[in-house]
Amino acid sequence: MDLTFNADETAFRDELRAWLTANEPGPAPHGDEDAHYAWRRDWQRRLADGGWAAVHWPAEHGGRGATLTQSAIFYEELGNARAPLPANVLGLLLAGPTIMTWGTQEQKERHLVPILTAEEIWCQGFSEPDAGSDLAALKTRAVKDGDEWVITGQKVWTSAAQYSKWCMLVARTDPDAPKKHQGLTYFLMDMEQDGVEIVPLKQITGESEFNELFLDGARVPDANVLGGVGNGWKVALTTLMNERSGLAFFLQVRMRQLLDQLIAETAERGLLEDPVVADKLGDLHLRTEVLRLTAYRGLTAIETYGQPGPEGSLTKWMWSDTNQQLTQLAADLLGPEALTAGTPWAFELLRARGNSIEGGTTEVLKNIVAERVLGLPRMR
Amino acid sequence: MHFDLTEDQKEIKRVAHELLAARSSWERVRAAAEGAEYDQALWDELCSLGWPGIAVAEEHGGQGLGAVELAVLLEELGYACAASPFLSIATAAAAIQACGSDAQRARWLPALASGEATAGIGTRELCADGVGAAVLVLLDGDGVRLLDAADADAAPLETIDPTRRYATIAAEAGAGEPLGGGAAGGSAGRARAAGPSGATDPAADRIRAAIAAEVVGVAQRALELTLAYVKERRQFGVPVGAFQAVQNRCAQMLLDTESARSTALYAAWAADAAPERVPEAAALAAAAAADAGRSVTASAIQAHGGIGFTWEADVHWLYKRAQLDAALLGGARRHRAALTALAAERIAAGRTTH
Repeated sequence: MDLTFNADETAFRDELRAWLTANEPGPAPHGDEDAHYAWRRDWQRRLADGGWAAVHWPAEHGGRGATLTQSAIFYEELGNARAPLPANVLGLLLAGPTIMTWGTQEQKERHLVPILTAEEIWCQGFSEPDAGSDLAALKTRAVKDGDEWVITGQKVWTSAAQYSKWCMLVARTDPDAPKKHQGLTYFLMDMEQDGVEIVPLKQITGESEFNELFLDGARVPDANVLGGVGNGWKVALTTLMNERSGLAFFLQVRMRQLLDQLIAETAERGLLEDPVVADKLGDLHLRTEVLRLTAYRGLTAIETYGQPGPEGSLTKWMWSDTNQQLTQLAADLLGPEALTAGTPWAFELLRARGNSIEGGTTEVLKNIVAERVLGLPRMR
Repeated sequence: MHFDLTEDQKEIKRVAHELLAARSSWERVRAAAEGAEYDQALWDELCSLGWPGIAVAEEHGGQGLGAVELAVLLEELGYACAASPFLSIATAAAAIQACGSDAQRARWLPALASGEATAGIGTRELCADGVGAAVLVLLDGDGVRLLDAADADAAPLETIDPTRRYATIAAEAGAGEPLGGGAAGGSAGRARAAGPSGATDPAADRIRAAIAAEVVGVAQRALELTLAYVKERRQFGVPVGAFQAVQNRCAQMLLDTESARSTALYAAWAADAAPERVPEAAALAAAAAADAGRSVTASAIQAHGGIGFTWEADVHWLYKRAQLDAALLGGARRHRAALTALAAERIAAGRTTH
């Protein structure tokens, strides 16, 4: 049991800290989503130049072959430096590793470098209006036409589609397959074509991080099938199961910063003496630290046993719950000031409602915990 | 970074688990609880194995291990809900070993490590194993005091938890001596800035970390009993564990148990390896354990349905133990307030965490 960083980990952290100090991302552009995204894209280019864009990737593909703990350190330090996530985060965390696992040599050579440098942004075409948590129910069709596939259907919740060159697209290639997760194929789809229409979804925050994708005769060549025709479910699972635990550390640091700010503003108003306020803030402090500790336990479990322990299923649920409670408490304590349109607290309050839906709803996470971790019978 | 027990610690845990499964079955716990006595055969065996001195130096007759090993044993004894004075004696000994003066160590540790003498821990209002104890380790305001049996009157307090003996303590104000004698206690006993009541004393922090470790075992057992029951018990033609409301309850029990485990391990590790982190770590562990123990064991009763409300089922022993452990911890609220105060202090000083 050792909760300190070893020599390699400390050296990694110190090198990164020095780099971040010398390469500050600068202030985030405010109020303009396109400018904000361009800022994150530029940030990723600088990370790539410094060799920091994908620390968890193997060295042969431009990464550093970082351990899970080093990867966690990377995201913690990024958060501590108040730097943004790299623009192509879905490419770095999902598309790249999935291509490394299933891709042909040509696919790896074609795609990995532009992912790393943010030259080509990636989005994820999985969810559909009637296939959210139940992904295998997806209906988008891909029909063979010569050496191409013709895609028809609709995707939704597609983050960064408006900036993307490529889409990780799962479509149904065999509608007669006996089970719904059979007959699916995973495509690398070029977004820059007539058959792809991108319609922004306006969120309750007023922003449009997500989009709807309308696919009407979009074409994908055979060469852009990933992992073989009919193998889409397995390839999609690689994407979904890919190690994203590093993100939890980034989000944890962000939550810590938000809570620190709330405590500071509460103190300025003289509210810390109120025992109810102190109790609620203490509870948030506890939850925030539990998240960090439990995330580190999860890393150790993966490093020791090759798979997450029971705690690994809990962190996303904990994070979304806690972030929602934190932002709600801010609104309660700070009052109209935290509810004024355009203020950071108002944004955080609204944005947090998405936390328990995006990337797996809390309800589904609880089902997964019950059935896969606790071994309870399949829900009725 | 390795946030898990070492192989040696896992081995201690495995041995303790198996021993207690064999020696401290529910029948034994029930017999002791209903007789309002400890399981003497069990205690004799634990003493012969040297458990009470797990965290006492070899020079004082102990095993020379640390706070994590103590936590490992406490978790297993909590899991067994064992009717023994282990928590009080081993924890008192560990606190005296870590924070006591040389004179205090020499005076108390050999007899505690061998189990010849007993100790009480807690407060004047609620002291586990206070009656008949040679020494009382009392969390008293913002410090910990050692009271010789002659300095105090311990009166039995019959609580809802019959698996352990409790007492109230009457003593003159200022009776006994500070554990560690203030600055004389070495690095671990150094004076800290006064903070929220009782939350900043290193000995108090160690004691709370130890109680929190026991709670992790109590919660783990309650969770396991519940999982076994809801997989077995059928209604409407299916196991009740197939119902989503029951499943969600179980998932919450896991989350609460694992949260308590993360913080209890952290506090035990910090106690020996990172003293500067102990005030926060112990407050985290105490706050998490006090609430998790209560909520997880309450959920266990609920998930057992009517049978869970009967004296015949065993979940109530865990619920009762969790309630008293939470009281020994001083409840969760004071620790949450302490966490807020620590964070506010850090933020005012312009520091980020870690």
